[in-house]
Amino acid sequence: MEIYLPIADLPVNVFLILGMGLAVGFISGMFGIGGGFLMTPLLIFLGISPAVAVATVSSHIAASSCSGAISYWRRRTIDVPLAGLLLAGGIAGTASGVWLFTMLRSIGQLDITIGLSYVLLLGIVGSLMVFESVRAIVRAHQGKPVELRRPGSHTWIHGLPLKLRFKRSRIYVSAVPVLAIGYIIGFVGAVMGIGGGFLLVPMLIYLLRVPTVTVIGTSMVLTLVTMASATVMHAATNHLVDAVLALFLMVGGVTGAQFGARAGHRISGERLRLLLGLLVLAVGIRFGLDLTLPPENLFSLRPLEGG
Amino acid sequence: MIRPAPLILLAATVTAAAPPAAAERLVTSLSEHRVMVTSSFNGSEVVLFGGIERDTGVLPLRGNYDVAVTVIGPRQTVVTFRKERVLGIWVNYESRVFENAPSYLAVLTNRPLEAITGAGTLRRLQLGLDNIALPQRIDSAAADDVPGETFRKAFLKLKDEHGLYRQESNGVTFLTPALFRASIALPAEVPTGTYEIEAMLFADGMMLARTPSALEIYKAGFEQFVTSSAQNHGVLYGLATSMMAVLTGWFASVVFRRE
Repeated sequence: MEIYLPIADLPVNVFLILGMGLAVGFISGMFGIGGGFLMTPLLIFLGISPAVAVATVSSHIAASSCSGAISYWRRRTIDVPLAGLLLAGGIAGTASGVWLFTMLRSIGQLDITIGLSYVLLLGIVGSLMVFESVRAIVRAHQGKPVELRRPGSHTWIHGLPLKLRFKRSRIYVSAVPVLAIGYIIGFVGAVMGIGGGFLLVPMLIYLLRVPTVTVIGTSMVLTLVTMASATVMHAATNHLVDAVLALFLMVGGVTGAQFGARAGHRISGERLRLLLGLLVLAVGIRFGLDLTLPPENLFSLRPLEGG
Repeated sequence: MIRPAPLILLAATVTAAAPPAAAERLVTSLSEHRVMVTSSFNGSEVVLFGGIERDTGVLPLRGNYDVAVTVIGPRQTVVTFRKERVLGIWVNYESRVFENAPSYLAVLTNRPLEAITGAGTLRRLQLGLDNIALPQRIDSAAADDVPGETFRKAFLKLKDEHGLYRQESNGVTFLTPALFRASIALPAEVPTGTYEIEAMLFADGMMLARTPSALEIYKAGFEQFVTSSAQNHGVLYGLATSMMAVLTGWFASVVFRRE
């Protein structure tokens, strides 16, 4: 069954879009991430312009992180003050990201920037995750105890001023890195069409020492609000959010996420991180090949605004 | 009651066929004047029917007529980028702006254009993909529009790949010596707007008559609603989409809640 997408201006198969939503939703539920880094490339591969893909995926991520955030809320594992402070940075980051997105689009360098950012970010994060999880698995096999981070270990981050106490996460940390992390995630998310969960969770754990209990729920709240505001900002400035496409992606996504979450409980944490790392790395490599291999077509067209 | 459209058509026909030397008149009619783009739109086809009339009392109809139908979609200014390798990666390096280029262009004939008339006439009439004027701009300076130029060639090729530019030498079929039909294929990607159609009648390499008409492609119903809200009420549209996301998420968490 084909449906014509009003903003992307092309017909797509409804079942294909629903299926993609389900598959990405499954993965996102399994790893507790938004799945934007998979969905955006998939849409681009379908022939949807990168600009429409990035803008539309933000609403899809908002939906999947919303259902996640609600279930974490019920379990009372969201650190509201921490989420609020992250959000203050996040919304500012999103606004600058949308501004950069609009600017790059007008000079014709948006696609290449999206491509390069994917290669760099996914390549680095993917390699780190694979490296770290392989080491953990090897250690477990050798029977060595898993290296636990001492709760008292401090870094330069803890020396920054404006310290605040976050009761639910049991941390006492400066507001500066919290705002900065929020800003980076919002910025990267708006430009690349990703929620940034796979970046945010490690940052919160390693930099701010947020305990694993509250980290996912809190990161989901940040993702929900930054992606919802990215949707509004993309819609207001670039008029590129395709609501019809978004609806099908959301319905598939939230359904898939439920099954993914159940599957995720059956796999150990290290293996899960290894799988996610490999996936992230694979997407990064795919983008890298696209950039470095001679393109099939050297030329591309883009209508000028209001032309 | 006569609808106004055929009247205008007829009037146009009479004025267009005014040169006294030509005794032929060309009358055309479209199967549809308005094409709706709805959520099930997957391309469409519009048929143009045409009849050749010759003034009574003069010579009988000739049998060697040729017809060329040109369909030009709403004009757009388009940038064509060329990728080049910079530091090992392929980036959009050079660009040309094509000003007011047809977003859609179909040239339908009953036999190859070169067989219908000479190269000079084709150029003068801007008939065919090789002869259509595509003014270019490099930065702000005007650039020459040379037929074999690489950006022009690439532009035509990309448009052709999307089915938006087409030249068909069997696009016009004569049903009788004086009656023909041309089918205009509109792919799913066609932009909305007004399409100018011009039918030209040739005999022995001479253009005898030309008849313009128009076709409108427009988004209707839900599609129209979504597009216009996205364009005109961006903030509200964005808020509604975000709301939809939150509701979908909330709905899923209720449906799949494990007791």
